[in-house]
Amino acid sequence: MFWTFLTSTIKFSTLFLYGSVGETITEKSGHLNLGIPGIMCLGAIGGCYGVRSYIDSLGSLSQMSGFAVVLVGMICAFLFAALGGLIFGFFTVTLRCNQNITGLTITTFGVALNSLMLSKLDTRGFYEAGRLFAKGIVDGNTSDGLVKVLFSQSALVYIAIAIAIITAIVIKRTRVGLNLRAVGENPATADAAGISVGKYRYLATLIGSGIAGFGGLFFIMDYLTGNIEYGIDTYGWLAVALVIFTIWKPNWAILGSIIFAALYRMPIYLNIGQMEREIIKMLPYIVTVLVLIITSIFGRKSVQPPAALGTTYFREER
Amino acid sequence: MRSVTGKESKFDAFVDKLKKESPIHIAKRMDAPKWLPIVIRIAAVVAAFLVCAIVTAFFEPSAFGTFFVEMFRGTFGTPRRVINLFWEAAILLLIALAVTPAFKMKFWNIGAEGQVLMGALMSATCIWYLGGKVSEGGLIVLCLIAAMAGGAIWTLIPALFKAKWNTNETLFTLMLNYIATAIISSAIALWVKTGSHVVGIMPNGHLPTINGQDYVLNIIIVALITVLVWVYLRFSKHGYELSVVGESINTAKYIGISVPKVIIRTMLLSGVLCGVAGWLLVNGASYTISTTLAGGRGFTAILISWLAHFNPLTMAITSFLVAFMSRGAAQVSTIANIGGSFADIVTSIFFFIVIASEFFVNYKVKFNFAHHKKNDKKGDSKDESTLSDTSSEEQTTEETTGVAVNEAQEETMSEFNHPIQHAEQTSDERSDNDETQNKEVTE
Repeated sequence: MFWTFLTSTIKFSTLFLYGSVGETITEKSGHLNLGIPGIMCLGAIGGCYGVRSYIDSLGSLSQMSGFAVVLVGMICAFLFAALGGLIFGFFTVTLRCNQNITGLTITTFGVALNSLMLSKLDTRGFYEAGRLFAKGIVDGNTSDGLVKVLFSQSALVYIAIAIAIITAIVIKRTRVGLNLRAVGENPATADAAGISVGKYRYLATLIGSGIAGFGGLFFIMDYLTGNIEYGIDTYGWLAVALVIFTIWKPNWAILGSIIFAALYRMPIYLNIGQMEREIIKMLPYIVTVLVLIITSIFGRKSVQPPAALGTTYFREER
Repeated sequence: MRSVTGKESKFDAFVDKLKKESPIHIAKRMDAPKWLPIVIRIAAVVAAFLVCAIVTAFFEPSAFGTFFVEMFRGTFGTPRRVINLFWEAAILLLIALAVTPAFKMKFWNIGAEGQVLMGALMSATCIWYLGGKVSEGGLIVLCLIAAMAGGAIWTLIPALFKAKWNTNETLFTLMLNYIATAIISSAIALWVKTGSHVVGIMPNGHLPTINGQDYVLNIIIVALITVLVWVYLRFSKHGYELSVVGESINTAKYIGISVPKVIIRTMLLSGVLCGVAGWLLVNGASYTISTTLAGGRGFTAILISWLAHFNPLTMAITSFLVAFMSRGAAQVSTIANIGGSFADIVTSIFFFIVIASEFFVNYKVKFNFAHHKKNDKKGDSKDESTLSDTSSEEQTTEETTGVAVNEAQEETMSEFNHPIQHAEQTSDERSDNDETQNKEVTE
């Protein structure tokens, strides 16, 4: 029972992990991208259409290869989501528009496009593709609990954890990461030091959005095994909350996303009424608010949001 | 000593790089004529309509021709539709008015959705428990007070933390939206024990109808509030103080404004207005409560407020346009059978284009080859001492092609140049006057 709960929680947490790692990269550059829920939806659209065209290119469903379908899905999800990031970057970096309103517009756009485009999609073969996405190293019915938790997960789960760890190392230990943080903390100083603020912000937004897009792909193809009827937007906002909850540290996001997923899924396993369930669903947001308050009271620099978060940078406006 | 000179030459090279970086130069508009922003915005709205029509055609080729007709039919087709249109515009306007004082203070409250929902929930709670037990008039007033309190509490929480510990209000208010949604789900689960979890139309606490039409009173109430908010922002001391806080917190402190007090007071006003919006949605429009009652209007209103530059009267026009777009697009999608979320797509495309147009209102783009040429010559004169020959050769080839194309533009553009750049140019000319002349001869 416990192992089953943990296995499914880790699986579910991947959705938040992709979203929050992507958003963390973006926010480290000083971009508060509130379009993340919409961008995850765009990733889902891209992934689903990619899988669709892959299935169409095959003669029969039995020819489908797990590696190819995951790869095609990931590439298309990344490209589509990065396109959303490109729109965001173009508006906020090139056109210097307000980030909040651009982000909110992208969310409206992405969520609406998601329900429109996916409702038109032919889903024949999606269940079979979803089974290939969700396939683990060992079978999910194994009796050994720990083996089940560690090795029955699907490829996208391991990839998410790998991306989170790599991102943490790049941000913390490399020169690129240092420059990225400089751009997010004080773009004017970074600019004076010869770092191209626009380039870093564009790239961070593009890569961050692409990674968040994997979340959309994962949710539909892997978690729901090809069922396209559910939207991702509420989970997208939880991913934004998770960034704050993990105080902008992608490696902590691995644990944080599991906590969020556990809070979100706990009601299913508890024998309680509807009202209590709804109250438990509130908890991730409440703990996020508490983290936000506590970090602001103890104002240590290392736990604060990037100083320039949400501000557009215009060189002549110093 | 050596390291210092190294740094300097590096710095010079960097400055040169900056000047050569891009032939496109973006500068803030300082002295734009008054009509220009209006023309740009009208052009943007027209462009947005065209793009939306084209997007519609992309989904349903036959819908292109009927797009404009259906837009108007869906909004002005019958008297009832006109009232619906104005009500949609009014509720968007009211929420936009609610967030505006906070935005003028640069308090990025994106929690209007949650604040409206809390107001609506408080009002619905009153109706649920007191409906039928007190007189209808009394119930409506009680609902209003409760809704105002609900909205106010939901803004007061982030305002207090912002005032005391400078907690990031954007993220805080964003989270509060979803807490409000979850509270409403819990309340509904508490009230409705059946599996549907839907609160039906509640029989009590309806606002009176005018001429048998509901929504009309709502529209009148919003119109009154619009005038009041406009007066408050424009003529009251409070309105002045909050705009000073928005411009510069240090200035506000210096002239003796208590910044925490202004933040809390303004956010209270914001919350009360959101509460009124929630009250209108429950008592004047839907007569029920659900998590989708606000339906994203809290976010749309933020866009409206920002695009209208926090001016209540411009906001009224903007909300009307947005309501027209979404109502009209809903009609188009029904006729062309595209799908329910199509209206949201059209509205967001409309917003994208209008947001982008703000760039052209605030900034001017110059293709500044003229400026380039002079700076490069300055660079050339320095090249003799610092930079290598190859790089200077590259520059000259670049610049000659640029000049050849843009000789004509050069003169017209130089008129519009920023005064500071003028000064820069003249100083450049002065500093290497004789050198440049020599160069020109050799060239």
